[in-house]
Amino acid sequence: MLDFDMGKYGVYVWTSYGVTLLGLAGLIAWSLRAHAKRKAAVKALQDAAEAGT
Amino acid sequence: MINFLANPERFTRVTAPLRPWLAGIGAALLAWGLYLCFASPEDYQQGDSVRIMYIHVPFAYLSMALYAGVGAASFFGLIFRHALADAAAKAIAPVGAVFTVMALVTGSLWGKPMWGTWWQWDGRMTSVLVLLLFYIGYIAVHAAIEDEQRAAKSAGILALVGLINLPIIKFSVEWWNTLHQGASIFRADGPTIAPDMLWPLFVMIAATHVLSAWIILVRIDSEILARKYRALRAKLSYN
Repeated sequence: MLDFDMGKYGVYVWTSYGVTLLGLAGLIAWSLRAHAKRKAAVKALQDAAEAGT
Repeated sequence: MINFLANPERFTRVTAPLRPWLAGIGAALLAWGLYLCFASPEDYQQGDSVRIMYIHVPFAYLSMALYAGVGAASFFGLIFRHALADAAAKAIAPVGAVFTVMALVTGSLWGKPMWGTWWQWDGRMTSVLVLLLFYIGYIAVHAAIEDEQRAAKSAGILALVGLINLPIIKFSVEWWNTLHQGASIFRADGPTIAPDMLWPLFVMIAATHVLSAWIILVRIDSEILARKYRALRAKLSYN
């Protein structure tokens, strides 16, 4: 049985879970985006190098 | 093992196939953990506010474990000049800093209803705030110095100095009078938490550790790519 009724502690519990999940999701999104961007930048340079030779 | 993975190309080759697995297992554990968080009983004293523990404790552990990681990687970087050590330390630091903020925020949100205060300048809370400052200092020093090797050296020394803070955090609840409770899981006489509450906590600890391993591998690979980019650009401009 799941209990979602936090009674008088609702504000504290939900804010805690909200901040945590948002922070985690933000960290993951930021890390993945930076990774994809750098991968694309390296590939572009490699392509340019190949085109130049 | 460390020598084997110190080669950036090899590191990427070995860890890239692991990343989707870590992401999948981490997400599954997180879903299971969150289910258990709300399926577990209320505390007879703390009521529903005890559910904050299931997220506060894992991030508090990680905030320290990841700092130990930054310190260890910096040590290897400074002493053995491993090519990847600095990349690893630099990749871990922001993750640890975010988790330290989470530990502080969730602790504060738990402290208000239980202790009647958002914050107290006592041993545990102050030492964790100092941990956050070391993380921020490390990131700032690394970012401020343009020369990559000099940045790694200065930030690495700062990271090593900050290691002194880890035992202070751990034992702060024993050394000083504090609002924060003492250790209740990793104790010589075994955990003092009821099994109903230990399970969700363990699953959440496992989930957050696996997810942070995934995030860190992605970030280390980002650092490797950034270095590759700079090397390629330098090579191109010489031709």
